[in-house]
Amino acid sequence: MSPNLILVIVVGVMVGSGVILVLERSLTRILVGFVLIGNGLNVLFLVASGPAGRAPLIDVGEGPMSDPLPQAMALTAIVITLGVTAFGLALAYRAYQLTGTDDVQDDLEDDFIRRRAERDEVSTTFDEALPDEALPDEDYLDNDDVGVAADAETSVGEERRR
Amino acid sequence: MNHIVEQLVLAPVIIPLLGAGLCLAAGRSAAVQRIVSIVALGLVVAAAGVLLYRADTHGPQTFNVGGWPAELGISLVADRFSSLMLIVSTIVTLCVLLYSIGQGVVEFGRKTPLSVFYPTFLVLSAGVSNAFLSADLFNLFVGFEILLASSYVLITLGGTNARVRSGTIYIIVSLISSVLFLMSIGAVYAATGTVNFAQLASRFAELPPGITTVLQLMLLLTFAVKAAVFPLYAWLPDSYPTAPAPVTAVFAGLLTKVGIYAILRTQTLLFPGDNLRTLLLWAAILTMVVGILGAVAQSDVKRVLSFTLVSHIGYMLFGIAMGTELGITGAVFYIAHHITVQTTLFLVAGLIEYRSGTTNLDRLGGLARLAPILSIMFFVPAINLAGIPPFSGFLGKLALMEAGIEDEAGLATLGVVAAVVTSLLTLYAIAKIWNRAFWQPKGEDAPDVSQVDTGPWTPAGSLHGTRGVGTKTQRTTAWADQREEKRLPRGMAGPTLFLAFVTVTLTVFAGPLMSYAQRAAVELLDRQPYIEAVLDR
Repeated sequence: MSPNLILVIVVGVMVGSGVILVLERSLTRILVGFVLIGNGLNVLFLVASGPAGRAPLIDVGEGPMSDPLPQAMALTAIVITLGVTAFGLALAYRAYQLTGTDDVQDDLEDDFIRRRAERDEVSTTFDEALPDEALPDEDYLDNDDVGVAADAETSVGEERRR
Repeated sequence: MNHIVEQLVLAPVIIPLLGAGLCLAAGRSAAVQRIVSIVALGLVVAAAGVLLYRADTHGPQTFNVGGWPAELGISLVADRFSSLMLIVSTIVTLCVLLYSIGQGVVEFGRKTPLSVFYPTFLVLSAGVSNAFLSADLFNLFVGFEILLASSYVLITLGGTNARVRSGTIYIIVSLISSVLFLMSIGAVYAATGTVNFAQLASRFAELPPGITTVLQLMLLLTFAVKAAVFPLYAWLPDSYPTAPAPVTAVFAGLLTKVGIYAILRTQTLLFPGDNLRTLLLWAAILTMVVGILGAVAQSDVKRVLSFTLVSHIGYMLFGIAMGTELGITGAVFYIAHHITVQTTLFLVAGLIEYRSGTTNLDRLGGLARLAPILSIMFFVPAINLAGIPPFSGFLGKLALMEAGIEDEAGLATLGVVAAVVTSLLTLYAIAKIWNRAFWQPKGEDAPDVSQVDTGPWTPAGSLHGTRGVGTKTQRTTAWADQREEKRLPRGMAGPTLFLAFVTVTLTVFAGPLMSYAQRAAVELLDRQPYIEAVLDR
């Protein structure tokens, strides 16, 4: 079986654009990407079913029949994509209602670890950059504030964990 | 008689779906909803019991839906492995349903119907059963989609900010794995012209090895996302803990196991031999170790449990990777053990949350004195999970390690070492929960209720606008403090106690269960009974 090149290219373009959209932050775009990939894969099922023939009905017409099985699968996949997309859109709207944007938010823990890392960085540079007789210029004062606040917060956090 | 039994294979899929329809129709009557759900899942348990017996004594039971031959239509097969998964999962689902009914009554009163929850829960159960029974890749996909779609609804139940946030990640990851699955099915069909397991088993052998490997990798990747295998597990620990306790419990017990089931089924039936063995072994080892290191670092009961869930997936994968009779036996036994134990622990976490208003270890304490029965319900499954003899966790791990030692390759030995280390660290994580939540008195220096929402990982969240979480925790904590001496509601404690009892029963009947698992493994590795049962009609 040699697949239809045009169909293969269509699949590639649709899935490729879908992947790019899925990598976005906005949930709506991710869903559009998902729909594109889903439809691209339905075309993939057409490729998989081999050369097109007449409608897969017994005793109607002549010549080789199309393979009916991939058609059934594609139909099922379309229905599933539809349902899931509807749910996803509702979810995106809900996220928009709650936060004013439908952006996918960071994992809480990742966020927390990143913040801690940032704080630690600030406090170490603060310690190292603390010459006793240094004149407090403006930048330095800023650092000072941030460093002290961050230190306090970190130690409180650690106490809790203990 | 034979005819009726044949149709019983359909029962675990169709009965919950019917029940879901009835529940929706009875949207206004809480009592009808409860009765319909319990009856539906009760019938499924009964059907699964009969199937288990028939599959063990009469070989795989099959049913071709709509009378189409297996090659064209949808066929459902209950062999020993499927039936075992089916009965364990349905018993667990029934218990969780009873628990959630108890919780619903406690939270919303006896009269309030939960119009969405029960139907969705039943559909989830139908999807899980369908995945366990399906005899072709596409029906497996449909089963996955049924259970995933209902899990989307359950994980975002109530639509609070925290649940929408974590649910979004879960849903996107699941969507990606779904399209990957669809892509694999398309590729498999293009290469072989069928999606039926029995036919694929012989047709894959005829393909060039390169193509088979690609298809195998695609399917493995899909299932590894569902099963939360390293490095594709990151979605799980963040998304599970925010859902309501019964939802988390049933997800933890069943959804990842469906992924493991699919890996085990495809590896043994479609891709026999040790083609990707090294890859699987590494994945298993890393899942075990990385998962448990995550658990050790956490300070919230639900998050610790989520990470142990990830970690112990590694044990099952290890057995699958070994691919020997002993390895598969151990994996089958371990799945049955782990479904019950992990679900029980999450239900207990729900009870802890109910009792104390939080699952954060920094604010828990003294539960052993305040709620002795709760402590027992936690302690028994917990040390079972860690693998303390004589519990079933120990026996399952023992079988897996024996399989690893029997195989003399260096990587298998490394796997055994990783298994031992993971078991020890699980004990450490469990002991941490035990000491801090149950054993040690509630510390004087514990932060008071007013500071509740500045726990270790909520500050970051509140910056993201999840203030709702903090206030809710505050409220429930205050609420819990008011009734410090109040007993656990029977409707929630009863099912949990029963499940804890089931985990012990698995230990008592470990002998018969292990020999059943061994027969299942023999059947899986032999492949012929399954293929003949599917194609001979």
